[in-house]
Amino acid sequence: MITVNKHHTLPWREGMTVRDVLTAMKYTFPHIIVVINGDIVRHDAYDTTPVPDEADVRVVHMIAGG
Amino acid sequence: MPKDTLRVLSEYAYTPPVIERGYAGQTLYVNVGDGRIAARPVTAEMKEKFTGGRGFDLWLLWHGVHDDTRWDSPENEIVIAPGPCGGITQYPGSGKSIVTTISPLTDIVIDSNVGGHFGPYLKFAGWDAIEVQGKVTTDGADYTDVIVYIDGPAGVVQLLAAPADCPTDSHELGPWLLEHFAPHDEDKPFVSFVTAGRGSEHARMGCLNFSLYDRKRKALRFKQAGRGGIGTVFRDKHIKALVVRTAPFKGDENNPADIDRLIEAGARIRKEIATYDAAQNRMRNRGTAYLVQIMDDYDLLPVHNFRYGSHPETPKINGAVWEARFTQGLPDGCWYGCTMGCAHTAEHHKVRTGPYQGQCVMVDGPEYETIAGVGSNCGIFDPDAILEINFYCDAYGIDTISFGTAMAFVMECFEAGVLDLEKTGGLDLRPGNAEAALEVLHLMARGEGFGLIFGQGIRRMKSYFVEHFGADPQFVNDIGMEAKGLEYSEYIPKESLAQQGGYGLTNKGPQHDEAWLIFMDQVNHQLPTFEDKAEALHYFPMWRTWFGLCGFCKLLWNDVIPPENAHTPEPAKIMGHVQNYVDIFSGVTGREVTPDDLITMSERVYNFQRVFNIRLGKGLREHDATPYRSMGPVTEAEYLSRQERYDRQLREWLNLDPAKMTLQEKMAAHRAYRTAQYERLTDAVYARRGWTKNGVPTVEKLRALGIDYPDVIAVVEKHL
Repeated sequence: MITVNKHHTLPWREGMTVRDVLTAMKYTFPHIIVVINGDIVRHDAYDTTPVPDEADVRVVHMIAGG
Repeated sequence: MPKDTLRVLSEYAYTPPVIERGYAGQTLYVNVGDGRIAARPVTAEMKEKFTGGRGFDLWLLWHGVHDDTRWDSPENEIVIAPGPCGGITQYPGSGKSIVTTISPLTDIVIDSNVGGHFGPYLKFAGWDAIEVQGKVTTDGADYTDVIVYIDGPAGVVQLLAAPADCPTDSHELGPWLLEHFAPHDEDKPFVSFVTAGRGSEHARMGCLNFSLYDRKRKALRFKQAGRGGIGTVFRDKHIKALVVRTAPFKGDENNPADIDRLIEAGARIRKEIATYDAAQNRMRNRGTAYLVQIMDDYDLLPVHNFRYGSHPETPKINGAVWEARFTQGLPDGCWYGCTMGCAHTAEHHKVRTGPYQGQCVMVDGPEYETIAGVGSNCGIFDPDAILEINFYCDAYGIDTISFGTAMAFVMECFEAGVLDLEKTGGLDLRPGNAEAALEVLHLMARGEGFGLIFGQGIRRMKSYFVEHFGADPQFVNDIGMEAKGLEYSEYIPKESLAQQGGYGLTNKGPQHDEAWLIFMDQVNHQLPTFEDKAEALHYFPMWRTWFGLCGFCKLLWNDVIPPENAHTPEPAKIMGHVQNYVDIFSGVTGREVTPDDLITMSERVYNFQRVFNIRLGKGLREHDATPYRSMGPVTEAEYLSRQERYDRQLREWLNLDPAKMTLQEKMAAHRAYRTAQYERLTDAVYARRGWTKNGVPTVEKLRALGIDYPDVIAVVEKHL
């Protein structure tokens, strides 16, 4: 199980990537910062960066709005 | 026909000053009632305490009106100012003007920001602001409307009688003005107009159109100062147009203190736009329309009068659809030097209703707020219908946000039986009926039938429906999405308490340009305590206010973001971009400032505006109330549509077992909790802002900000 933004939980599975988490959460906004257990993940590494079990995942959405 | 054929009612000659460090050093006063025209000095006190833009607007308006001035009083003013950085071309998004007046919707001060060329040209013509006062009186006169003409190169300001053949709708008036004031092609890029339309004559939600001449398309375009009914005040004063002409200009027209700092900051942001925009928001291709699908994905897109946050048909009106319809490959900035260029157009729209039926027109926009307001919020998922409504709102001088939110309210009233065919004059205003919505728009422009009722805005419609149609007061008050009399802009705030405050705890009403905190609060969970939310509701409204003091567009702050921002201590503030603005302000004015200084500059103006509202009989806690739909589910269908979420919240927030509760009990528990939360938030925000529990800035606060003028203190002392 992983925690997302201290509020949501997702079941963990082997090979789970950052992209999988974003897809599962329907996080489509482009201005995000992904932090896994305190480490920032580069934007171009979302498809390849694995998410470990029990991870504390933070997906910080920047302010939007016109 | 040249403008020389227009009759001059009064005239004022001046020597255009050299702009120094962003300031022309004078403001222009025009009274359209008695013909007085005068120059007023910009004092050092004005620059130090009020900076420019919205600050100058409020200072001039404060001294122009009385405590009992209302929107249609002759002494009410429309004030327009570009700010000291307005008109620079080295940094994208630096051509905004701020317009203020006492609003016919809210009876307090409204401020509305707008692109187009008028503001920069006004300054290049020698004026840091224009304040227009008075009202044309037609008794015994052979004219009914006037045109204010500012001719910078000639050094003359004229009040002109508008001839009988002068159109009113911006769609027709724009070309007429070009013909009269820029008859030769080489003149066209150097004039700009402010106009309204026939809708502004009959509705309180009138907007102003600010023109720009598109050199690539060789066409006139408009940007809108939409919010709060400024167009209504404009037409009530019987003004057809404000026209300004400037001489050909260069990029250093503001005579900045250190242009290299501007160039360096501009190079940084331009590189970011070129590098990241295509992979981020695609503003250069879609403009703010990119937000439509994202808001739907996060259940934040208003659907059916803010009942729901998403809809299966959203892909029919999302950013990809608009990218295909917007002309690509042309620079679409609303001021020179903007490489973000998000002011897109949909060309070749064939008008299918109303007086311009059959014409092929270019529609400016639609932007996100319009698509969400007249589209999804009204259950209209047809791009052609959205374009048609957008076109006519602009042509008639009607705010698309107020129109969309008010139409969504009316459609829900129709669906709920508050309205029927008899009460609407035969209009079937069920959600999704674009033809009926368009007919209301045309009725507004003609001042007929249900259009007249609709044009009063939601607040007055609620009272009217209760009084004349027997509507349940609680129902219409719960679902009518207005606060202070202004219609909500287009985001669902139910699940973000901070955004409920961002809409309610505002000076002008529920417009997101004060604060947009939904992601920080609802998605990121970065604001867990009332104190956290209050800090955000202090910082971000002040930061966003600052753009309006100086002439900037907010979009360049946070619609493209470099990856390295992620490693900064406070990514939400995008301090790298804040530093750009520090450099530009100092580079233009020569006044060295820090990021904290920018917030203080805004605090002065923000608190002054709060006191202004109190002076006008509002601006207290009771006036910061919001409708329940902004906080939670009003109807059973609304609750049931997201039952899992609401039931979970009962367990987590209130330790209740929803399985043992009726639907009505669950809804009542939510209501009691959510409304109490808003009150606690209000307490926290007022405390952070230095206000009393009644929302009044304290004398100590005003003194600390240096705006403890006797007449300001006298206003608040009555409430302390």
